[in-house]
Amino acid sequence: MSSRPEASPHVPPRPARRSPRVWVRRAVFLLAVLALWEILARSGWWPDYIFPAPSEVLLALAAGFQQGTYPVGIMGSLGRLIEGYLIATVIGLSLGLLMAQQRWLKETLGMLVMGLQALPSICWLPLALLWFGLNPEAILFVVVMGSVLAIAQATEDGVRNTAPIYLRAARNLGARGWQLYPYVILPAALPSIISGMKLGWSFAWRSLLAGELLYALPGLGNLLLMGRELNDMAQVMAVMLVIIVLGLLTDQLVFGVLERRVRDRWGLLRR
Amino acid sequence: MQQPRGLQVINVDKVYPTRSGNLQALARISLTVPPGEFVCAIGPSGCGKTSLLYILAGLEMPTSGQVLVDGQPVAGTEPSRVLLFQEAALFPWLAVEDNIEFGLKMKSLSRAARRATTQRLLQMVHLEPFADAWVHELSGGMKQRVALARALAVDPAILLLDEPFGALDAITRELLHDELQELWMRMGKTIVFVTHNVREAVVLGDRVVVFSPRPGRILADHRVDLPRPRHIDDPDIAELARRISADLLLSQDVEPA
Repeated sequence: MSSRPEASPHVPPRPARRSPRVWVRRAVFLLAVLALWEILARSGWWPDYIFPAPSEVLLALAAGFQQGTYPVGIMGSLGRLIEGYLIATVIGLSLGLLMAQQRWLKETLGMLVMGLQALPSICWLPLALLWFGLNPEAILFVVVMGSVLAIAQATEDGVRNTAPIYLRAARNLGARGWQLYPYVILPAALPSIISGMKLGWSFAWRSLLAGELLYALPGLGNLLLMGRELNDMAQVMAVMLVIIVLGLLTDQLVFGVLERRVRDRWGLLRR
Repeated sequence: MQQPRGLQVINVDKVYPTRSGNLQALARISLTVPPGEFVCAIGPSGCGKTSLLYILAGLEMPTSGQVLVDGQPVAGTEPSRVLLFQEAALFPWLAVEDNIEFGLKMKSLSRAARRATTQRLLQMVHLEPFADAWVHELSGGMKQRVALARALAVDPAILLLDEPFGALDAITRELLHDELQELWMRMGKTIVFVTHNVREAVVLGDRVVVFSPRPGRILADHRVDLPRPRHIDDPDIAELARRISADLLLSQDVEPA
């Protein structure tokens, strides 16, 4: 058999890396903001406990970590978050698959899911407190309600939009019944499922903190409340900083990496 | 290796219900393909050729009529008759070699056995360096080669090809004509190849079956008794293609020979 080389594979050009100048600009901007903040705080227009300087926030942050209150708070919140998110993922994936599978479920349950998404999840807290009492389960319930619907909807969407040609090709090659799920339907829906899980995670994070602020449990929300009660705004801002950093880290490290892998595989363009 | 099998299409009609009434895609198609024959079906776009292939593959059922494989009626789709889609239909979440292995994995073959077949097929379609590539990194011709390897991996008795080279440039297409002829001469599988390019049909087929515009009926059935391997520029090919094109004069969607 002849072996003539054909055109080399077409690899789409990767977008150029951001130039270092962007990072310089960003660093300068952040430093300017911090400097302005420090100057305003030291000007004496407002008392310290209302508007602390960034240096004080930094000290509070260091103290919080040194005394161990922040690590305890972080572990408490993250533990609850992960527990709620895992429950939401299992329920959301199953619900999404069921809705994609059965038209009547989509028409009935799907409507309910859509409607309930209009409700900010923290609105479940009064009910949850009634149902579960003053227990951590009440917050867990709010977290689950916050993220389960987004995950279910994205799963349903991804599965329903699986290109029929993949299913035909797979069946023609011998895939039968249940095999279609792990080998075709779920992988084909993965991009959509990942963005649903990412959305679900950020909803869970928001719901958790809203819940912790309204109902005290050892956690980041509780640290915020304590800061307010002690009139210690430096502590409040330090905890806010911790919350921002945790949110960014999970978004970039966990979901960012997952999304990039899927996009590279499928050859989808980066936004 | 699987023995090639014969196909028999008996009085097949295909009607699709649409919003504006019924659409008849195929009308009273009867066709017999002996084991090991390479048949090309040609006709204008929308003449129901693709529907016929889907029916042969068992992916769709005829509205009336019957399809027999070695005398047995076709019920549903199975890997003994593999269809190569126009768009290759490779799975973008799998690397090239995992695409080729797909059918073997569905048969729960061991990893070692799968890898051995995949290696052999990658070599056959000249894509060994691309075993780990992602689908989007391949050119159109390479995608169709992977699709061919994926189909051959399950060792079908009958190969069904739906305009697989339609979207390729002329050079790549001719190269794949050579390769497909060589594969067929070596493996002797029954092939039904659908195209709207008359010359392609004459180069590849033992027989060229001509379809009318919708609803598709068989207008003519030409034997191609030319020595292989054939090439698209052979004068005999051009001459026969001209005669077959005459059959199709009324339908304008056919690429002129």
